[in-house]
Amino acid sequence: MGALEGDTRELIRRHLPARPVLGNAVRAFLVGGSISVVGQVILSFFENRGLARAEAGSAAAATMIFLGSVLTGLGVYDRLGRQGGMGAFLPITGFANAVTAPAMEFKREGFVLGVGARLFTVAGPVIVYALASSLLVGIVLWMLGMTDPGVRGI
Amino acid sequence: MAGTLAAAPGLRLGRQTVRFDLAPATVAAAAIVGPREGKGPLGDYFDVVKDDELVGEKSWERAEARMLAEACRLTLRKAGTRVEHVDFLIAGDLLNQITCSSFVARELNLPFLGIFGACSTLAEGMTVAAMTIDGGYAQNALVAVSSHHCTAERQYRMPTEFATQPPPTAQWTVTGAGAVLLAARGDGPALTMATVGKVIDSGLKDPQNLGAAMAPAAADTILQHFQDSGREPDYYDMVVTGDLADVGRKIALVLLEREGIAIEDRLFDCGSNIYDPDQGVDAGASGCGCSAAVFAGYLMNGLLTGRYRRILLVGTGALFSPTSYQQGETIPGIAHAVALEAQDAPG
Repeated sequence: MGALEGDTRELIRRHLPARPVLGNAVRAFLVGGSISVVGQVILSFFENRGLARAEAGSAAAATMIFLGSVLTGLGVYDRLGRQGGMGAFLPITGFANAVTAPAMEFKREGFVLGVGARLFTVAGPVIVYALASSLLVGIVLWMLGMTDPGVRGI
Repeated sequence: MAGTLAAAPGLRLGRQTVRFDLAPATVAAAAIVGPREGKGPLGDYFDVVKDDELVGEKSWERAEARMLAEACRLTLRKAGTRVEHVDFLIAGDLLNQITCSSFVARELNLPFLGIFGACSTLAEGMTVAAMTIDGGYAQNALVAVSSHHCTAERQYRMPTEFATQPPPTAQWTVTGAGAVLLAARGDGPALTMATVGKVIDSGLKDPQNLGAAMAPAAADTILQHFQDSGREPDYYDMVVTGDLADVGRKIALVLLEREGIAIEDRLFDCGSNIYDPDQGVDAGASGCGCSAAVFAGYLMNGLLTGRYRRILLVGTGALFSPTSYQQGETIPGIAHAVALEAQDAPG
């Protein structure tokens, strides 16, 4: 016998807690902002050491990736993500975390079927759709004749 | 359906409940948990608290199996018996193909029935064990169940170190193992009835909200138990659900109230109580180790010391896999109930 009568799903929906959107946004701002400040300090450091703007940017990005990976390895970055959500995921440190975490997790399944096959479990979709959308935008711009003939490649 | 195949009179009550003539005794139980569970409010009740989630092993899976094997051995030691004297091992866990349980069965070298009931596995195992003993096919049976936060996380969700922000409905899988030895004769709380649950689906799809997906199944089984057994809710000192956590517990209470059963004062959810709210676990705990460790540690202690005399233990499980929810399938739930009653002091 169907002991539970009525529209159970609707009743359940009414009793689900709301996502703390505002609190999450504030925490994301604080965590993401702090990461960006660290990035800016590192960028300025390289610039003050005499690197050109573009080179200093690459060096700062590489340093941030390194830091993100180290903090992942130390078990700190996942706690940062728990608090900061998108604020921790969006900066390049988050991308480093998204690659380092599966590398750590799946190395027990070996270097081919573990690390090799599953390294991009999280980052894979980001790369796939970033490439696909940039291709799409490129085609649209080309059709609109808005491509800059002065810029070749990247 | 009268005939030679019908169950003996009085052993089947209503549609889903069985009564045990022999009422097997839960002779001994042991709980082994990880560090986070040890720091929770029930920490003192667990037999062993590990200070490392890997417990010296090279993988989370091996760590879980090690804890499960330890829980089995400790239970037998507490019961004053040995592995060779166990008739059946009935065990389950959350991993694909329940390898953790199979590997423990390999190590213990026992006749083994592997079961999967997601997080309801302890109650399911105790039901099967009691039926086996009551049916005269065994003198005793060892029921063992485990889960591990990291094995569950990597199988069902994301790599453990990946930075994600869970919603307030999310639950933290317990790192823990529990084992219970049931026997035809012996001291310890008696298992008097079991209600086998049906798979109930309310159409929810969010794997980060399992408490709500399981709540209708819990409510259905609890309701069915009272209907079948003729017992009133106040027959039990406590109705214990496995891992509905805060969100699911509230929904189960609302569903039961709609059916005229008010048990807010005595509905204890293991998932809502194993951690402190400030341990950062959102709605609470989940995992078959949750009800297993809380039962083997905290609840057995309560039944043995007389803190309560009768409890209805309702294991709750969410029956999904990563494949099923990624393909957009809904998440059905199940709940099995076992009634445990303190035996009067001998003599």
